[in-house]
Amino acid sequence: MAWNRKHLLTLEELSADEITLILDTANSFKEVSERSVKKVPALRGRTVVLFFHEPSTRTRSSFELAAKRLSADILTIQTASSSLVKGETLIDTLKTLEAMTVDALVVRHSSSGVPALLASVSKASIINAGDGFHEHPSQGLLDLFTIRERKGKIEGLTVTIVGDITHSRVARSNIYGLIKMGAKVRLCAPTTLIPSGIEKWGVEVTHDLTKALTGADVVNVLRLQLERQQKNLFPTIREYSMLFGVTTERLKVAQKDVMVMHPGPMNRGVEISSGVADGPASVIDEQVTNGVAVRMAILFLMMGDKSVSQ
Amino acid sequence: MPESIKAKVLDARDIDRALTRIAHEILERNKGTDNLALLGIKSRGETLADRLGAKIRSIEGADFPVGALDITFYRDDAATRKSDKPPQDTHIPFDVNGKLIVLVDDVLFTGRSARAAIAEIIDFGRPKAIQLAVLVDRGHREFPIHADYVGKNIPSSQKEKVLVRVKEYDQVDEVVIVEQA
Repeated sequence: MAWNRKHLLTLEELSADEITLILDTANSFKEVSERSVKKVPALRGRTVVLFFHEPSTRTRSSFELAAKRLSADILTIQTASSSLVKGETLIDTLKTLEAMTVDALVVRHSSSGVPALLASVSKASIINAGDGFHEHPSQGLLDLFTIRERKGKIEGLTVTIVGDITHSRVARSNIYGLIKMGAKVRLCAPTTLIPSGIEKWGVEVTHDLTKALTGADVVNVLRLQLERQQKNLFPTIREYSMLFGVTTERLKVAQKDVMVMHPGPMNRGVEISSGVADGPASVIDEQVTNGVAVRMAILFLMMGDKSVSQ
Repeated sequence: MPESIKAKVLDARDIDRALTRIAHEILERNKGTDNLALLGIKSRGETLADRLGAKIRSIEGADFPVGALDITFYRDDAATRKSDKPPQDTHIPFDVNGKLIVLVDDVLFTGRSARAAIAEIIDFGRPKAIQLAVLVDRGHREFPIHADYVGKNIPSSQKEKVLVRVKEYDQVDEVVIVEQA
């Protein structure tokens, strides 16, 4: 099948076939990143704008490298030093950039729905790099890629996601993607950090870490956003860590070949121990490597339609 | 658009004989397998390269590397062509520098695939030389590319497609000309 979408906003709307296409394409890009000349001319002369309204190390560098390795040109908009500060609207900013004929915008914003808003009026392709609490499709895809690569499949695996589910766009994208690809999803969080009714998405919910980890094939650990402590969503970091921190000891109930993931950045000793993060079950560094390949696949597939830039 | 087979130009034995002759020609021209490597252009070029490699090894009694190139990212229409299949891996199991590389493809037509393959090889290093072996040359070059070794010349019209089918992908070895109806 060929890629037909102009925008990549959510994993919720993608079919299993579309997800598989991205993962298959990402495979060959992984090989490109291992060469000494890590560049292919596929998107030569195309222009990608990185529009990051929230701080980011991983996602931004990853998209930047992905575009550069495809020979595309990058334009980075530092929103804090852009005219958004003077009160220019998002849509006017978009129109300004489009007037300079750009092909795609990679958008991260603290408000959910911003990429969709831009997509509704945009001539260029919009790629969601994380919007508010809503979705982070490229992270979901690289997590799926990592699982598929290491485990050979996604279907039938038990995947446990531990952490602040309520505020996590990574969790949401992962849940949509994993269910679509046939995995069994288990969520574990304190009652204050998980939306009620989320079982309706077809996931298991538990507040007991031992139950959550028992028999798990994959564990995805989310960062505890320490600022949430101010909102009384958890009493102390120590208590969170004692009840929900993933340590080598607590992992003993999982499958013997369990794989541990974390989207980063990590709070070592809080949601994840250094022993686990640096241990044999961890694939955290691989996730980052795979992230570049997956983002190359996304850019390649999305910008493969000339009519987009006209 | 529905297609109809206009003619079957080569059958399995014809293909095998052509490959045997090309194997001998490669050895003759390059005086053996010293420094030699084959690179098949995916997908069917890879199959043919594997077969050629086996023949050369059995004729000469010497081993040498055979690899495969996926040229999807180097095509001059890479950004615009919609393809049914995702790109495959490029696998070059040798150091390109100083090697005499024979590129292998099923059909030589416009020459654009060969150009893309050359561009890709050069990103890996500086080969001593690149030669081109094809099973079929159907004419209509759009680039100044020529094949050093040709299985069969098949003049064709622009409306036709020349398809090489191989057992590994198509259950049969044959070369057919197909007309768009």
